Amino acid sequence: MMAVMTRWWAVAVWFAAASAALASGSLSAQDGDALGQVTYERWCAGCHGLDGTGDGPGAGYMLPRPRDFTQALYQIRTTASGDLPTDDDILAIIDRGMPGTTMPGWEALLSNDEREALVQYLKTFSRFFSADEIPQPLEFSRATRSNADVLAEGERLFREVADCAACHGDGGRGDGESSPALVDDGDFPIPAADLTENWLFNGGGEAEDIYRRLLTGLDGTPMPSLADVITAGVITDEQLWAIAHYVRSLSPDNPPGITEVVRGVLFEDAPLPSSVDDEAWDEIEGAYLPLAGQIIVMPRWFHPRVDGVWVQAAHDGETVAVRVSWSDPNNSPDPEWADWKSQVIALMQPKEGDPPDEGPTPDQLVVQFPMQMPEGMERPFFLRGDNRRPVYIWQWQSDRDGALEGEARGIGTEAFLSGGQDLTVDASHADGQWQVMFTRPLVTEDENDLDFVIGEAIPMALFAWDGDNGESGTRGAVSSWYFLFLEEATPATVFVAPALAMILTAALGFLVVGRAQKRERQSGKIKSETPNS
Amino acid sequence: MSNRFELRGVVAPTLMLLVMAGCGGGDGGGASSGGGGGAAMENPVNAATAGNIAGSIMFEGDAPSMDVIDMSSETVCADKHASPQMIQEVVVNSNGALANVFVYVKEGLESLQFPTPAAALLDQNGCVYLPHVLGVMVGQDITIRNSDGLLHNINASPTINRGFNSSQPVSMETTRSFRAAEVMVPLRCDVHGWMTAYIGVLDHPFHSVSNGSGAFSLSTLPPGEYVIEAWHERYGTQTQNVTVTTGETAEVNFTFSASMAQNAVVPLGAPVELHAIAEAS
Repeated sequence: MMAVMTRWWAVAVWFAAASAALASGSLSAQDGDALGQVTYERWCAGCHGLDGTGDGPGAGYMLPRPRDFTQALYQIRTTASGDLPTDDDILAIIDRGMPGTTMPGWEALLSNDEREALVQYLKTFSRFFSADEIPQPLEFSRATRSNADVLAEGERLFREVADCAACHGDGGRGDGESSPALVDDGDFPIPAADLTENWLFNGGGEAEDIYRRLLTGLDGTPMPSLADVITAGVITDEQLWAIAHYVRSLSPDNPPGITEVVRGVLFEDAPLPSSVDDEAWDEIEGAYLPLAGQIIVMPRWFHPRVDGVWVQAAHDGETVAVRVSWSDPNNSPDPEWADWKSQVIALMQPKEGDPPDEGPTPDQLVVQFPMQMPEGMERPFFLRGDNRRPVYIWQWQSDRDGALEGEARGIGTEAFLSGGQDLTVDASHADGQWQVMFTRPLVTEDENDLDFVIGEAIPMALFAWDGDNGESGTRGAVSSWYFLFLEEATPATVFVAPALAMILTAALGFLVVGRAQKRERQSGKIKSETPNS
Repeated sequence: MSNRFELRGVVAPTLMLLVMAGCGGGDGGGASSGGGGGAAMENPVNAATAGNIAGSIMFEGDAPSMDVIDMSSETVCADKHASPQMIQEVVVNSNGALANVFVYVKEGLESLQFPTPAAALLDQNGCVYLPHVLGVMVGQDITIRNSDGLLHNINASPTINRGFNSSQPVSMETTRSFRAAEVMVPLRCDVHGWMTAYIGVLDHPFHSVSNGSGAFSLSTLPPGEYVIEAWHERYGTQTQNVTVTTGETAEVNFTFSASMAQNAVVPLGAPVELHAIAEAS
C-alpha cells in the first residue's frame, strides 16, 4: 500500500519527463532493434538519455539526477564497493525502483523478457562490463536477532565508532554536520538519507537491506562501505548487524499506511498538551500524510524536501491542538546551507515565473481548512480554494514569532487577519525535525474563520516549505485534502445500552426457553396419553 | 584487460600474500609488490648507462589566494596545525615556485616493463591528505592511513579504473591498488569537503611531484627521447620533449600562469594509452 502511495509522485515526475522526451522527438526505436534497446528508448531514455549518460530531457527536473550508466556505478549492489553489480542487482533496481528518488519500479509494468533485455542493454553503455569477468556477490552473514542490548550497542557504534551521525545526524534525519556539502559522483548536491523513513531507502528498509548497504556502500554517493572497518578489526560483523538493527529501529515498525482521517483525541479530564514537547503528545497516535511537489501552478517545484508530515490532534471540547512534525535538516535560513540552496535553485528545472528570491527564505507550514464546513463531499480547490469556496489557513514560518490566521480564494491571494488572532503556536527544531503545535478555540467570535465542529470530518490540507532547499511561494510541498475528526464525548447510553441489551436478551431467552419447555411438557402429555387411548 | 581494482586485506598477512600472488598473475606485467613475496621482476634499466631529468615548476604572475580551511568542526585536526591551513589547490611559494605538479614520462618507455615498487603511503593527518598529489605504478599497493582517529571516507572516482568509497572511522589503514594507468584519479573525503587528493597511476615508475620549492626529478632513466608531461589540477597539462644521455641530468622547466586556468583541460581519469601513442607517432 505504502509503496503505491510513495510512487505516484515518482511516476508523475517520470511521466513529465517522458512527455518531454516524446515532445522532443528523441525516440528512435526502429523495427528490428533488440528488445532491450526498444524498451530502453521507450521507457528509460526520457530520463537517462539515449546514450545512457543520465541527461535525458527529464533529467533537469530531478535531484538526484538519473543514473549515468557509462561509469557503471550502481548504488544498490550485492558486490564490494567499486565492483560491478551482478545482473540480478541491476534487475532488482529495475523491478523495485529507487524509492528515495524519482525512479519507479517496473516489475508490474514491463514483461520479464523486457526487463531482462534491459539489464543487458544497460550494460552496453559502459565499457566496464565484459564477458570475461562476472561480478561476484559478497557473502553476507545471516541476520542476528535484535533486542534492547543489540539496539543500545548499535546506537553506541552509530554515534561513537562508525560516526554515522557526521552526515546522518544524531537523530538520523540527515542533519549531520557534513550533510550540507555532500555531492554525488556528478557533483550534484545529495542529501544524507533520512533514516527515520525506511520506506524511502533506495535499497530496501529492513535490517538485512541496511546491513548490505553498510557492507557494500552506495557507489556514486558519499555513503562509504564499512567492509574495511571490519577487515581492520575495528568492529565485528556482529557489530555491523547491531548498527543495521539500530538504523532499522529509527523508523516505525511498519510503514505508515494510507489514512484519510486525523483523529483529534478528546481530553475530557487531563489538560490538553500545553507545549510542542509536552509528554502528553507521546500518547496520541499520529497520522502520516504524504506531500509532493507543487506542479500545478507556475512556478512549479519538482524537488520538495518534505515528503510527508506526521499530524497529531487533540481537543477538550473548547480548544483544539494540532501538532505537525516533519524532517528538515535545518532551521532556515542557515548560512551553512546557503551553497546547497543556490545549487538546488540553479540545477532544478523548470525555470519559470519570477527568478527565485536570492534573499533568506524561512521554513514554512500552512494548515488549510475550508472557510465553511462543506455540505456533502464538495470541498474547496485544494490549492487555496477559489472565489466560490474560500479556504481558511494557519500559517507559520521559522523566522517569525507566532502564527497567522488567514483566508485565501486561490493561490497567491492569501490575506492574513490583522489583530484579534485566536491562533497560538509553539515550534521547536531539534535533531533534524520541526515540530509545530497550533492551538485555537473551537469556536471564535470571528466570522472569517472556521468553527470546528466536533464529530464531523473537517477537511484539512497541509503545505510545507524548506527555505534552504530553495522553496518559497508556489515552490513547495503540498498535500491533497484529508480530514480532521474531533472525537465526541462518549454518551452515557454507550455504557447503559450494552447492559440493557444483555438484560433484555436474557429475559427474552428465559421467555422463549420457558415457553418451549412448557410446550414440550404439554405435547409430552399428549404423547404419553396417546398409547393409552 | 580488466580494470577492476583489487580489494586487499588490511591486516591479515596471509590474505595479503594470496591476493598479491593473484594480482601479480593477472596484471600481465607480472608485477609483484616490492615488499611482498614472489619472484621480483628485474629492473630493465642499466644504472651504469642511465641518465636523469630534473627541473622546477614556476608560476607566472600573481598567485591566486586560497581560502582558509574552516576546521572549527574538527578541533583534533585544527590543533595539529600551527597555522590555519589553506585549500591546497594552488600552492605557490614566495619565489613563485609551484608545488603539487605531477611530472611524468608520457612517451618513450613503451618497450619496457618495470617491477612494482613497495607500497606507497597516503596519509590523512590533520584533515589533509599527505601528499596532496601521489604517483604510483599500476598494481602498486597504496596504503591509505587515517592518522586522525576521526571519521574520514576515501572516495576515489577514477574513470578508467574502478573506484571505491571506504569508511575509516578510527585510526586505521586500508590498502588499495589500481589496475590500469590513469592520470589522474581524484580522491576526496565527503565528511570534510576540503580534503582532496590526486593519484597518478602509470605503468612505469618515472613520476615526480614538484615540492614546496617547485623542484622535481626523474632519475635513472634509460638514455633516449622522452615526452615529459606536467599536470596541475587547475592549470591543466603541458608537455616537453627531452633527450636523456648517460650520466647526465637533462633540465626541464615548466611555467604555469593564471590565464591557463581558463582553457585548461585537466585530465581526471583520462586514459594513458602509452602503446597507442607510440604506434601513432
